[in-house]
Amino acid sequence: MLGKSIAIGQFIPIESPIHRLDPRVKILVSAILIIILFIVKEWVSFFLIGSFIILLNITARIPISYIGKSLKPILILLAFTLILQVFFTPGDYIWEYGFLHISREGLIRGLFIVVRLCLLILCTALLTLTTSPVELTDGLESLMSPFKKWGFPAHELAMMVTIALRFIPTLMEEADRIIKAQQARGADFESGSLIQRAKNLIPLLVPLFINSFKRADDLAIAMESRCYRGGIGRSRLRVLILRKADMVFLGITLIFVTLVLLLSLMVW
Amino acid sequence: MFICLENVHFSYFQNTPFEVQALRDVTLTVERGESVGIIGRTGCGKSTLIQHFNALLFPTQGTVLIDGEKIPKKGLQLREIRRKIGLVFQYPEQQIFEETVFDEVAFGPRNNGMSGENLEKTVRWALESVGLDYQDLYKKNPFELSGGQMRRVAIASVLSMRPEALVLDEPTAGLDPEGKRLILKKLKNLREESGTTLVFVSHSMDDLALIAERIIVMDQGTIGLDGSVRQIFSQGETLEKYGIKPPTTTRIAELLREKGFDIEKGILTAQELSEQIEKKILKAGNK
Repeated sequence: MLGKSIAIGQFIPIESPIHRLDPRVKILVSAILIIILFIVKEWVSFFLIGSFIILLNITARIPISYIGKSLKPILILLAFTLILQVFFTPGDYIWEYGFLHISREGLIRGLFIVVRLCLLILCTALLTLTTSPVELTDGLESLMSPFKKWGFPAHELAMMVTIALRFIPTLMEEADRIIKAQQARGADFESGSLIQRAKNLIPLLVPLFINSFKRADDLAIAMESRCYRGGIGRSRLRVLILRKADMVFLGITLIFVTLVLLLSLMVW
Repeated sequence: MFICLENVHFSYFQNTPFEVQALRDVTLTVERGESVGIIGRTGCGKSTLIQHFNALLFPTQGTVLIDGEKIPKKGLQLREIRRKIGLVFQYPEQQIFEETVFDEVAFGPRNNGMSGENLEKTVRWALESVGLDYQDLYKKNPFELSGGQMRRVAIASVLSMRPEALVLDEPTAGLDPEGKRLILKKLKNLREESGTTLVFVSHSMDDLALIAERIIVMDQGTIGLDGSVRQIFSQGETLEKYGIKPPTTTRIAELLREKGFDIEKGILTAQELSEQIEKKILKAGNK
């Protein structure tokens, strides 16, 4: 029962122009924006890229609360970087107390890194919030397939990711059931020392592994009996087709990025 | 009053957008020594219901009383309740993890602090209760056994805690007819010999006709019908509303009666039916 209705990943299944875009285009655009975020060093550029990403978020109709949620896990990291940069960068001291001092350079550098990290997260969140895991792996497979020539297992990797995603809820459900079954036999998963607790996990982990191996065998047989033999000559249900909207979106992004780069060169 | 549920409600994922109500206002009592079958469509709350019997799930509203005492929220008493009410999950062989059959069956009693000669005696008793030979098997790796044997080892591993009630979720699912018959027979013996209360979730009406005395029909998280086996299984039309067909033998008897044969209502087993038919033939012969 448990896990059946828990959504995997962050994907929000709603209708929006961004949701409808080809996953390959979305992956490419995210990659481009991430690279550009590492190249530029001016506040103006940050502001422009930031506005672009926020504009995309609005077009994707992502609730603001979700954007906050995606920033939450890195809050500690952000605070830590900020403190390190602010207190330990030498330069013009604008505030001093004992061995603590804040330099102008440190303050600027700290804020810089924080903004850069936030924008990075927003950019990747935009991808995962608007693209379902299946689309994402399809897109990655398609993008990686040129490297097949050099023996890169693009299809196999994508298949592995798809299978892994598919079985997360199943495993959660199963773990829940085994925990209960062992509790019914007096097992204790909640108390004891750390070592004791690790030992107590054996009755959960052994059956979980055994069942997973069995399931893997079954799945392999089921796939083989339907003549699965890897990606060669395999057709697909959802064929990825680049539409006009995809091209336009990619074009806009490229133009925008070039402009930002030019601007950044000029200021420099 | 052995197991007693009063106005029990239960929801999964309470207070989240995924909330699902699984039990609605369930009131029910199981007396000591009874043999109760629980049936109903998939997803009607059978499994959720039986997990309330041994405090694996706690009602979101209402109370559960075991032996007249309220179930505590936490602590050692939970273990005592889980010992008293042994719960065998669906496909229990999937929970096996020890290296030998002995250790597997001893897991429960060891958790409850049993050891030494006592432990050995208990394991022997549990294995023999499900029709397995102790000498033959106790050193074996449980994963080398056949499916039916593994199922019985798993049931023995709950029995070894000497529960006063045994609650089983589809104990015969996926077994061959021989394995089914054997498990049902052993459970019946167990009840006759040690007075263990049996609660039995099943989709197989034929199984229930053999072992249960009382039937509870669940429907969408509530109790639809509750009564003796004969009483419940003779209401063919009402049962159909709950998506249930009476046991094969009962249906054959019903068909014969429709065709004008004078056969009693509420026939459950092949034995009973053949006796009735025999009587009719003898009577006809005498004429």
